[in-house]
Amino acid sequence: MLEQILALLPQVIFDGLILGFVYAMVALGYTMVYGVLELINFAHSEIFMIGAVVGVEVFRYLAPQVESGFLLLLLALILGGAVAGITAILVERFAYRPLRKRGTTNRLVPLITAIGVSFILQDLVRLIEGLWHNEFFLRMRTVEDLEGSVELFGGAIFAQTKSFILMGVSILMLLGLTYLVNRTKLGVAIRAVAQDLHTASLMGIDPDRIISRTFLIGGSLGGVAGVLFALQYTTITPYVGFLPGIKAFTAAVLGGIGNIPGAMLGGLVLGQLENFFGTYLPILTNGNFGTEYKDVVAFLILILILLLRPQGLLGQVVKEKV
Amino acid sequence: MSLLELRDVHTYYGHIHALKGISLRVEEGEIVTLIGSNGAGKSTTLRTISGLVKPRQGEVRFQGKPIHRLPAHQIVALGVGHVPEGRKIFPRLTVEENLEIGAYLENDRKVVQKRKEEVFALFPRLYERRAQKGGTLSGGEQQMLAIGRALMQNPRILLMDEPSMGLAPVLVDFIFEIIQRLNREGRTILLVEQNARLALQIAHRGYVLATGEITLEGPARDLAQNPEVQKAYLGEG
Repeated sequence: MLEQILALLPQVIFDGLILGFVYAMVALGYTMVYGVLELINFAHSEIFMIGAVVGVEVFRYLAPQVESGFLLLLLALILGGAVAGITAILVERFAYRPLRKRGTTNRLVPLITAIGVSFILQDLVRLIEGLWHNEFFLRMRTVEDLEGSVELFGGAIFAQTKSFILMGVSILMLLGLTYLVNRTKLGVAIRAVAQDLHTASLMGIDPDRIISRTFLIGGSLGGVAGVLFALQYTTITPYVGFLPGIKAFTAAVLGGIGNIPGAMLGGLVLGQLENFFGTYLPILTNGNFGTEYKDVVAFLILILILLLRPQGLLGQVVKEKV
Repeated sequence: MSLLELRDVHTYYGHIHALKGISLRVEEGEIVTLIGSNGAGKSTTLRTISGLVKPRQGEVRFQGKPIHRLPAHQIVALGVGHVPEGRKIFPRLTVEENLEIGAYLENDRKVVQKRKEEVFALFPRLYERRAQKGGTLSGGEQQMLAIGRALMQNPRILLMDEPSMGLAPVLVDFIFEIIQRLNREGRTILLVEQNARLALQIAHRGYVLATGEITLEGPARDLAQNPEVQKAYLGEG
């Protein structure tokens, strides 16, 4: 059994990494919005889904015109990120901001609004796809350039070209975001608003504008992740965002909600956990527990970690200085 | 025309009538102090001026223009700097980032750099700690940072809320020397203080606030001699 486990290990880690990068990028959207508004934006899973759907549509319509698969993917990433980012801005503008301006102090109200927005976006996409193509069960068109594969380490890892693309794009996005948040004026302003919105306004910062930008950045990352997800896993429906979304949210909590490096780490850890148990659970239990229990085990471990470390892996216990 | 003028300002927190018709003015180049006991409405007055709370009635004029309907970030842009109560340093930004965010509205990097150097000259301690997170500073250092951060805006008027709060006496003296120095350099200051004795020593004029109303006003020297003020706020008589 051990031999079997070791033989599969490189592949398990590799596949877990792919999943982990998707979670990491989506988790950033949750954590950034939580950072500035202390709102768990459940509609973010639909922002991710919208990115995936845009990716499918770009491939469907532009594949015949665009010769290079890489150029096609670049277009899909840009459009998917843009549409998702703009949708996120609109959701903030028309659903969350009016509640904020009314001075609603009940935290449940925006939370329930977020869940409502989530349903609206799902059914809106279903409606559009239904009218457009008579179906809402979408398949990503395959493009030859992106379908290559290699075997690494003497066959220990079977790796697809698109998996490398996914990882490369993810790493670029994560580095770009880290730079933006830590080194630019907008980034300092986002952190200032997250730490103390009222004092930030005393610095001449318009909090609404910064909140809107935060939704744009988080939404675009989610949209890009959606396009990459569609490329990797190929089958997309308007409801495809739910499970990755909830897991990415869990990843954000695991890393320490509101903490940007935490969301990246949480995503990567969750990707590994999930893939690890998905592969090994049947082996370890002689087939009594199938792959479908992977989520159960992954979430159990999360519950344990959070019991022992409620602030998350990188989160700090917030001390209020009076 | 006064630099800053409040006319019959009423501010509420929910149903609580916090300011009951405040009128005051600050002239260019003055230090004006607002003294009074806890809960008298001193901080609320500053928060109303800088737009953090909106008055329900009355008006706030800055350089003759009404500003009480503007959002806080636009009031800052006009030149109203606010050193808030409790300092409100951004705890997870470095000292340097705290200063830079103070100059958020200034797009010229050179100007920002120059102002930063001025602040470091005023508070060499901040230069030593520039890479440290704001939350790790001592109370006195945080107060220096809060003042420095407001100076980064190059404000026309500086609203200072209890700069002496929680500081050791030697630091209180230092901060008050800084306030006087800023004033000599031409800054207009509206100072809210619980330490009425010290505030009246350095101010030109003063207002006494009690339960949301101004009960006394006049030259700081006269207020310091006033038996009522001595009894209620200076612990004498």
